Amino acid sequence: MTSPLAAEVRPEADGARITLTGRIDRDGDDAMTGAYAEARTTGSGPIVLDFAATDYINSTGIALIVRLLAEARRDGRPVQARGLTEHYREIFRITRLSDFMTLDDPTNGTPTTDGGAK
Amino acid sequence: MTALTRPIRRLLGRSSPDPSPEPGDTPAPDAAPATVDELPGAAIDIPESDPLFAYLQSAPGPVDLAKLELNSPSLEQLRGAGVALVVPLVTQGELIGTLNLGPRLSEQEYSSDDRRLLGTLAAQAAPAIRVAQLVREQASEAAERERYAQELKIAQLIQQQFLPHELPNLPEWQIAAYYGPARVVGGDFYDFIDLGEGRIGLVVGDVTDKGVPAALVMARTHSILRAEAPRLVAPGAVLARVNDLLAAEMPEHMFVTCLYMVLEPATGHVVFANAGHNLPYVRTADGVVEFRATGMPLGLIQGLTYEEKESDIGPGDSVLLYSDGIIEAHDPTGDMYGFPRLKADMETELAGTELLDELLERLHAFTGRGWEQEDDITMVALRRSPGAGGAAATEAAAEAATSVEVLAEFEVPGAYGNERVAMDRVAEIVVPVGLEPARLERLKTAVSETAMNAIEYGSVGDPGVPVRIRVERRPTSLQVRIADAGLGGAVPDLAEAELPDLDAKLAGLQKPRGWGLFLIQQMVDRVEIVREGERQTVVLTLELGGSGK
Repeated sequence: MTSPLAAEVRPEADGARITLTGRIDRDGDDAMTGAYAEARTTGSGPIVLDFAATDYINSTGIALIVRLLAEARRDGRPVQARGLTEHYREIFRITRLSDFMTLDDPTNGTPTTDGGAK
Repeated sequence: MTALTRPIRRLLGRSSPDPSPEPGDTPAPDAAPATVDELPGAAIDIPESDPLFAYLQSAPGPVDLAKLELNSPSLEQLRGAGVALVVPLVTQGELIGTLNLGPRLSEQEYSSDDRRLLGTLAAQAAPAIRVAQLVREQASEAAERERYAQELKIAQLIQQQFLPHELPNLPEWQIAAYYGPARVVGGDFYDFIDLGEGRIGLVVGDVTDKGVPAALVMARTHSILRAEAPRLVAPGAVLARVNDLLAAEMPEHMFVTCLYMVLEPATGHVVFANAGHNLPYVRTADGVVEFRATGMPLGLIQGLTYEEKESDIGPGDSVLLYSDGIIEAHDPTGDMYGFPRLKADMETELAGTELLDELLERLHAFTGRGWEQEDDITMVALRRSPGAGGAAATEAAAEAATSVEVLAEFEVPGAYGNERVAMDRVAEIVVPVGLEPARLERLKTAVSETAMNAIEYGSVGDPGVPVRIRVERRPTSLQVRIADAGLGGAVPDLAEAELPDLDAKLAGLQKPRGWGLFLIQQMVDRVEIVREGERQTVVLTLELGGSGK
């Protein structure tokens, strides 16, 4: 059984990296909200969402990501996604999230296959 | 009188100023006629109930209103309008109008010569005016008849456009259809819809009302059915969807009755739902029975559900779907053909076109010669060949029946989080199927989202109200059937779910949520919903060995 979402925020250059661990679903609301509130205080650069340690994203999780993305756009903060598996990359394409955040290229050695969301 | 005085007034008018008044030297009335556009005031209608009417009808000549003593509202009206002299226009004893004149501009009374001249004029004019009136009435009736004929033609054209041009060609089945429009075209329709995997959707329907309005509603119903049936398949879901779309736009006092049946020709298995239509008759070896299912007609109110029933058409069995036109036909004494007579007529070995011909012959024998058909008559007959029980067919049916392999059937508690349990169980169960990893991931997402809906809407999060899941392998597909308990009302309709729009969500115009149904549809090759009362089963299908998702 997977664990509920945990989100760790780490300042990075002018922005922040949010490392997401566990599953992104209805139980991840507080973690996601808290993580963005913390990340927005870190300068004005990009916010990187690291999905390499997430193993499940459902439609409610997609909604949490959409809400974070909307807030980041209002704050003028670009959002990047890292570590998505091919399946969730497809879902990001279907939902058009990939139109509003850059996805890393899994062929460039980014950690999308080891421990990434399956 | 209303209809008569108005045209006359238009022809003759009331008094108008004398163009060249010469006091005392004009024998003829100096109240010259005016054109309609010049006339002041409104037309004055004299009801037949007013005593003035009877008085004028029997008056020997022009009537001086100043000297008339009658308790008559019309008389007061005429006086108020400045009319001094009324000349009745009577022909064949019928008062067809009046010639109304104001006071002479010379301020003298109308002389006896004036009255005589006016009397002569009225006597000669009245028949001519009556003829003019009749000609005009006939021209108007002819134009109305022409317009009516044109409307009927349009209605027939619309109707014909939407009826099938050919019947499905199914081995082991005899199928025939008959559509006979009434002179005043009704709104009957029938259709055969290819649903894929060899299944056929059969529709018979009837729109209330007649003529162009009925034909247009029939065309709209037909179009919605054609669009929704292949997508939703399940008859109850199809009728619910059609009903919701029609109800939003249905003209007042109109509705549609409809019987929708999905037939699996290989096995004779049928699933059907009914929106207030006549129940099909089925002739079996044991007699004639009905396929019973209940439901409200389409287009009355939104949000209705339709019960689904299942049955099997055995080898040699015949089914008749039909509209009101046949059972509501009357004989010359006013007796109705009725259901019992039609049911008795089905006790025959005839099938297909021969059956329909026989039914029509019996109907015509009942109604007698010169019967004017009161409503459209539609009949669709299908019969499963007795040979369908033969060796090859039995083998095929057995093959079809055994080709559904139930890989597993299980329940998960209706508490949140168990959607992942369902997802993982299904992933384990389908290992022998050997899905490609990407397809397996899509199926997992679809199962998880569907189970989550079932928990949220069907179980309302109650762990004691389980969600049932059944996994089937078929010859060309894999099916996961997820049934909810129907506790919290129907799961949102896939077809009605608002399409998530990320731009709108980011702009705050749509809620961030609302991705579930969209994802389910994107992840598998087909999503069908089967409703049974409040319960709902969502069937997820992945095609195997093809180019599915």
